[in-house]
Amino acid sequence: MGKIIELKKVNKWFDKFQVLKDIDLEVAPQEKIVICGPSGSGKSTLIRCINRLEEHQEGNIIVDGTELAENTKNIEKIRAEVGMVFQQFNLFPHLSILDNCTLAPIWVKKLPKKKAEEVAMKNLTRVQIDDQALKFPGQLSGGQQQRAAIARALCMEPKIMLFDEPTSALDPEMIKEVLDVMVDLAKGGMTMIVVTHEMGFAKEVADYMIFMDEGKIVERAKTKEFFENPKSDRTKLFLSQIL
Amino acid sequence: MMNILKPSKQNLKTYLPIGITFIFLSFLNVILNSFFQFDFVGFFPKGISYFFPLIFGFIGFFLIRVEFSGLRTLDLLNKNINSSNFNAILTLLTLFIIIKSISPLINWFFLDANFIGSSKDDCTGQGACWVFIKVWFRRLIYGMYPDPEQWRINTAFLSLFALVGIAFFSPRKIKKYFIFFLIFIYPFIGIKLISGGDFGLKYVETAAWGGLSLTFIISAFAIIFCFPIGVFLALGRRSDLPAIKYISIGFIELWRGVPLITVLFMASVMFPMFLPDGTFIDKLIRVLFAITLFEAAYMAEVVRGGLQALPKGQYEAAKSLGMGYWRMNALIILPQALKLVIPGIANTLLALVKDTPLIFVVGLMELAGMIGLAKTNPKWLGMAMEGYVFAGLVFWVICYAMSRYSQNLEKKLSTER
Repeated sequence: MGKIIELKKVNKWFDKFQVLKDIDLEVAPQEKIVICGPSGSGKSTLIRCINRLEEHQEGNIIVDGTELAENTKNIEKIRAEVGMVFQQFNLFPHLSILDNCTLAPIWVKKLPKKKAEEVAMKNLTRVQIDDQALKFPGQLSGGQQQRAAIARALCMEPKIMLFDEPTSALDPEMIKEVLDVMVDLAKGGMTMIVVTHEMGFAKEVADYMIFMDEGKIVERAKTKEFFENPKSDRTKLFLSQIL
Repeated sequence: MMNILKPSKQNLKTYLPIGITFIFLSFLNVILNSFFQFDFVGFFPKGISYFFPLIFGFIGFFLIRVEFSGLRTLDLLNKNINSSNFNAILTLLTLFIIIKSISPLINWFFLDANFIGSSKDDCTGQGACWVFIKVWFRRLIYGMYPDPEQWRINTAFLSLFALVGIAFFSPRKIKKYFIFFLIFIYPFIGIKLISGGDFGLKYVETAAWGGLSLTFIISAFAIIFCFPIGVFLALGRRSDLPAIKYISIGFIELWRGVPLITVLFMASVMFPMFLPDGTFIDKLIRVLFAITLFEAAYMAEVVRGGLQALPKGQYEAAKSLGMGYWRMNALIILPQALKLVIPGIANTLLALVKDTPLIFVVGLMELAGMIGLAKTNPKWLGMAMEGYVFAGLVFWVICYAMSRYSQNLEKKLSTER
């Protein structure tokens, strides 16, 4: 099977501080990967490099056959193919939920308005907030907002979805409704890279687990093996603390 | 003993009527005094009769100051204007000043004012001489624009208002075309109509333009053009490209650093020296450019404030959906940033309108300038008060309307809940 994402020897610095150290990563289509690790370990930076919200300084990142480099046109094309869900939702507060979902399809993918609204309603139904379509983000609960943000990303019909701690800003009660949507998405065959501390979710959907610490990938293993038989001591320590 | 004297819920029935009587007497005295020059405590020594209203009002307010009296109006009154002895005195003084100033104002504006006549000699009363405004009215509105051609200014403005009205009530689909036409095409049609020179219209040079119509023309043009320039400067100042960034910073700081009056002076006197011989740019156009660029620099800083207030996540979300720089700014960033800074934008535009009188330094006379001219006319000396009160009222009406509009806009665009 071909690779949809390939990272080779990626290094990144914030000023003098090295956040990513020699990251190698390959993701095949339809694979689900969960990245975990202590805060400050570079996991968010890693997935933000994949759609170039952060720039890497060394190494190659190849997404769907296109290398990420200085060329702007490519980057916008890649970003349109890679959906991203943020910790803080980042819905557009001046637009209704429906407009949030149709804006990019209309202006970036040049979909006719009617078609874009159809797609939006389909995705809003999928995340079960079709009844909130005409409300503004400020009128929705956190869980609903995050589901709307997922629907917004899905409306671009991305090949890959990146999740940057999607449930960390939510009340405990609302975490489940968002995770349910993500499980459903995973079962639908989406390629997903998820940064999360929700280990229950990881066990349920992940093909691979990646554990990061201090900018390095410490351990990469099949999910079952990762939880039952972690190899490195650092991973064992981490798992013992959060499980 | 003190407890019995202190107003409380128990003795409310006695104290309330007495207190109200005291307050009533105090205000009756002030009102009679200021409107009918009648003082019913005039038999007292001068010092006492002068302070009578304050003393009586104070006692009255003290007597009715009962906490939680159970009477809603009384509680509200005590809480807001009578919460302590000091506040009671402030309340009384404020009300007295208002009452005392009403009567002279009414007298000056209406009762003693002169409305009928055609020269200064018809103004025999003590009050305002509105004849001055009446006689000079056409000049104040149209400046030196020739009388038989003034229908052109009227037509230009009336059709503008009509178009705005139609645009306002037209269905959403056509609305944007109307607004585009209004902002980008109509101003030039209007200016052509007013300046003439073609289509059988007599040419009227800009030096003859003036009065309130010139205030409107300058304000409208400057507002329409300073806004987009300001937005681009604000974006430029935050750009990643050093050339654009530093040009924007330089431009903004240059214009912000000089007073408008200097800019106007330069535009009028210095600028022509740099032009090659034989080229000529109309004075009004130079002034318009100067004001527009000057206000654009201020606008840029206001808009930049809004851009900086937006969380970084909005930029990232827009980027992650594949939007490029222009789409991101046009669809996501600017709509939110501009909404945030509506009060600041309104502030800048109000300042712009009120700055227009400064064009007198280059010899152009808008409303205030025409009044300055009229009051120095030998036949109308000493009319400065009427003139500037009139100009003040007109400016106030314009600016208040703009301010109300900005508040409405803010409310309409709010999506917080």
